[in-house]
Amino acid sequence: MGRAITGADHPVVLYVLGGNTQVIAYAEQRYRIFGETLDIAVGNCLDRFARALQISNDPAPGYNIEQLAKQGGRVLLDLPYAVKGMDCSFSGILTRAEELAAQMKAGNGKGPDGEPFTGADLCFSLQETVFAMLVEITERAMAHVGSSQVLIVGGVGCNERLQEMMGLMAADRGGSVYATDERFCIDNGIMIAHAGLLAYETGFRTPLEESTCTQRFRTDEVLVKWRK
Amino acid sequence: MAADAQFPPPKVLTYPASAPPSLITQGAEGRVYKTTHLLPDRPSALKYRPPKPYRHPILDARLTKARISSEAKVLERCWREGVPVPPVYAMDPAAGWMMMEWIEGIPVRVGINEWLGERPEDGEEPAEAAEEAPLIDLMKRIGTAVGALHRTGVVHGDLTTSNMMLRQRKEDQVNGGTGAESKAKAVAGDVVIIDFGLATQSMADEDRAVDLYVLERAFASTHPRAERLFATVLESYKHTFKKAPSVLIKLEDVRLRGRKRSMLG
Repeated sequence: MGRAITGADHPVVLYVLGGNTQVIAYAEQRYRIFGETLDIAVGNCLDRFARALQISNDPAPGYNIEQLAKQGGRVLLDLPYAVKGMDCSFSGILTRAEELAAQMKAGNGKGPDGEPFTGADLCFSLQETVFAMLVEITERAMAHVGSSQVLIVGGVGCNERLQEMMGLMAADRGGSVYATDERFCIDNGIMIAHAGLLAYETGFRTPLEESTCTQRFRTDEVLVKWRK
Repeated sequence: MAADAQFPPPKVLTYPASAPPSLITQGAEGRVYKTTHLLPDRPSALKYRPPKPYRHPILDARLTKARISSEAKVLERCWREGVPVPPVYAMDPAAGWMMMEWIEGIPVRVGINEWLGERPEDGEEPAEAAEEAPLIDLMKRIGTAVGALHRTGVVHGDLTTSNMMLRQRKEDQVNGGTGAESKAKAVAGDVVIIDFGLATQSMADEDRAVDLYVLERAFASTHPRAERLFATVLESYKHTFKKAPSVLIKLEDVRLRGRKRSMLG
């Protein structure tokens, strides 16, 4: 569906949300997973960090982190950077970010310049670090499959800083980035209906009484008949 | 030249040298140049990690420096322990580059494909054992090189036939000879492992098994016709590396599940 909305032709897909983090590219009737998180998803990392800082859930914790981060930027706090090949890991970063948040609340958190840091600085540093990781693994996958297009999907894909960083990377490679907005990035019925319609057109049928839900489809398990 | 204009070379390559630097490859991570910056008669390979515009400058500097240092450290360790790798000649981690020996030769991938390409199409009937000897010998040399690597406590992280070079031997450099001789030259030379950008120091069976698995998959996808010879690679790996048996058992597990975990749970 991302392709239908954005018009991207053969993109590497960065799939980032609360439950999952994957870099995907299509090859031979399947969406192949090139890289993914080895522990928690990036959205989960951001949500849990928001809880540590008691950031509001309204409208979404990720959105509020993004707004707070815009006030930060004076310092970049040192957080672990965990990329292994095309995979990455977020749990160590979350632990460190939570420690820093606790130090800040206790009033003894000091940045690299010796001055106390703020919640905004933490949000800024966390975003800069985890997004740099995501862009890096996406870039590796693009080099690997020889594609210059990248499509960002999933809730975290709404983040404008992530989109901007991805754009800088893609421009460096002579390519372009495609992103959708919050209407399509977050859980919605259209994407299920769209996938169903594509499958229907290839002759796939499931009687209504036999229809069930599986939340645990792994991305590369699904046979994609509708793409060349 | 167009490539040079598009990607400005690191400052170190802007100084006079006996020959102008040439850009050899451009990967996601960095670029490799051939340069005579150090000595006029000795070319070296310069690996350069350019700054990434999307990254915060402080984070970018930290990562570039750490990655160049750790790659150089791994190479130095391998070199000291007799693993066939290019030795490091010079480096400037803060500037994002290091210089290594320039390996004169072709990637193993090219050598194998040249060998296979000269065989009759659809050579279904297995070739005579004697006829395949040079190729089998290359498989053995690959296994020995990887065994030596793992013995030193280093895992490569991206073992493919593109990341192994065949260093030309002096006696193989003469041209001519019969058809069989020139064909054997395609797979002759010492195997040298390169590109340690994803290497880590690890003694875990799991990591070593994944290294072998990645190589096996690379064989399957790049040289389907040579896949059956991968057993020879593992055989000589076992002869070189004492702890190989437990790694090969782990390899069975890795093959079953693939490199990736399932999404369940």
